[in-house]
Amino acid sequence: MKCEVCQQREVSVHLTNYLNGQKTEIHLCQQCAIEKGYLDADEESYTIHDLLSGFFNVQANPTTKAEPDHRAEHQLTCPQCQMTYQQFNKIGKFGCSKCYQTFSSFLNPIFRRVHSGNTGHTGRIPKRKHVHLQHQRLIQNYRDQLQELVKEEKFEEAAELRDKIKDLEQEGKSSAKKGDEL
Amino acid sequence: MSLQSFIDQAISPWMQEQGPDHDIVLSTRIRLARNFTDVPFPLKADDTKLQIVSNWLKEHFNHQSFLEYKNLEYFDMASLQQLEKQILVEKHLISPLLAERDKVSGVLLSKNEQVSIMVNEEDHIRLQLYLPGLQLERGLTEAFKIDDWLEAKIDYAFDQERGYLTSCPTNVGTGLRASVMMHLPALTLTGKVRKMLPAIHQLGLVVRGIYGEGSKAHGNVYQISNQVTLGRSEQDIIHDLHSVVKQLINYERKARQSLIEQSGIRLEDRIFRSYGTLKYSRVIESQEAAKCLSDLRLAIDLGYIQDLSTTAVNELMILTQPGFLQQYTQEILTPEKRDVKRASIIRERLSIEDK
Ligand SMILES: [Zn+2]
Ligand SMILES: [Zn+2]
Repeated sequence: MKCEVCQQREVSVHLTNYLNGQKTEIHLCQQCAIEKGYLDADEESYTIHDLLSGFFNVQANPTTKAEPDHRAEHQLTCPQCQMTYQQFNKIGKFGCSKCYQTFSSFLNPIFRRVHSGNTGHTGRIPKRKHVHLQHQRLIQNYRDQLQELVKEEKFEEAAELRDKIKDLEQEGKSSAKKGDEL
Repeated sequence: MSLQSFIDQAISPWMQEQGPDHDIVLSTRIRLARNFTDVPFPLKADDTKLQIVSNWLKEHFNHQSFLEYKNLEYFDMASLQQLEKQILVEKHLISPLLAERDKVSGVLLSKNEQVSIMVNEEDHIRLQLYLPGLQLERGLTEAFKIDDWLEAKIDYAFDQERGYLTSCPTNVGTGLRASVMMHLPALTLTGKVRKMLPAIHQLGLVVRGIYGEGSKAHGNVYQISNQVTLGRSEQDIIHDLHSVVKQLINYERKARQSLIEQSGIRLEDRIFRSYGTLKYSRVIESQEAAKCLSDLRLAIDLGYIQDLSTTAVNELMILTQPGFLQQYTQEILTPEKRDVKRASIIRERLSIEDK
């Protein structure tokens, strides 16, 4: 698709405009979007916010809003911040951490689109609050390594690792208990 | 105030150091987005709720020191003048978004201005750490230490499946935006940057021009950062960014070399014309100043000009922004008057004898 303004470059920005309650869609190349003031290349969140609200409309709500099938999702409301799915779809931002659970069934396609196909976190875990998660991940890593070792028939090393895992699991149980008591 | 003492205030201490690959990389920034678990994000929180966040940060971190980041000081956005905010924006210590906010918000700044923790911007916490030159790995390590220090006192919004929860879906997961500011005059001059953009985008990275006054591009300086924050570890994100930046550095150095070989005299002519413009002009727009400063930086890096340091160029890049010009003159300036003042500050700075 060619840009609406210059008719030359490929479209890279899809914008949804709400003017007097009227919804219009605009498709522009990056350069024209910046020149027309839709994209501010300096402020990333604004830029991506606009890109995203375009994405959402395409992604989670492909047909017109009058479709009865979509009624249900429109009425979804976050119990903590009262954001509705419709608002979320329009603004392209979450209102609180509970929104993630509230709208969870719609999030994978959005995340996949924004994050090159990814939907799950594999990075850092908060140290203090989520010790058990770190623990679990460490154990999982060791288990993966263990399988590799067994495959490669390195049984001695595998046995060592298995003991390590056992220790870790034991540690996890006792620290979880401590946590309960607190 | 003398220009020298004004400069001393205007330039963050870390900017005066030369980091790795400083001939091409100006600075490295690590940003982590974090939120309190029990408070709605700033988008949906009323002032009472936002006050809980800012009070908490003030109570636990104001006037605290952590490692070499001494004397964190909290600035309430509401108590700052318009011009003061603009200057913080021009120093990249706060975002334009935070400067414009009328809700309860603020920033915790370390004395050395390396750490800036924006409070109630789009997320409750935006931790930013700056280093000179290309230092992604070190930046990440340092940012993690500060992150742990904060987390000791804050219950972060975190989900096993989605990671750190943020207001915008583009930040979820690691909440990490790592960016590198690069000066790429030769790649720009030869039109190669444009050709490289699609490939860089495909790697999940974003390239932006750095913008000055209005929406005019600022002197061949680009910001390269990661787009993807979910489904990859912080180390992997940094690693990818680092290798692309390294490649760009190589290409830029090669492009500089071939510029010298193929059109040495014309390059030299361009550079010295720019130097002349900076030294002698009486009226200069920010766009032209940025272009000439870019040429000047290149000239220093290539050894064409030896009696001047890159520090002078760095200073001028910052000082010639509208907020700083007005701070220096202590008055609100029309754009025309700014162009006059800009020219005179540049002349004055270039006439200070350099080491
Ligand atoms: Zn166009
Ligand atoms: Zn919510």
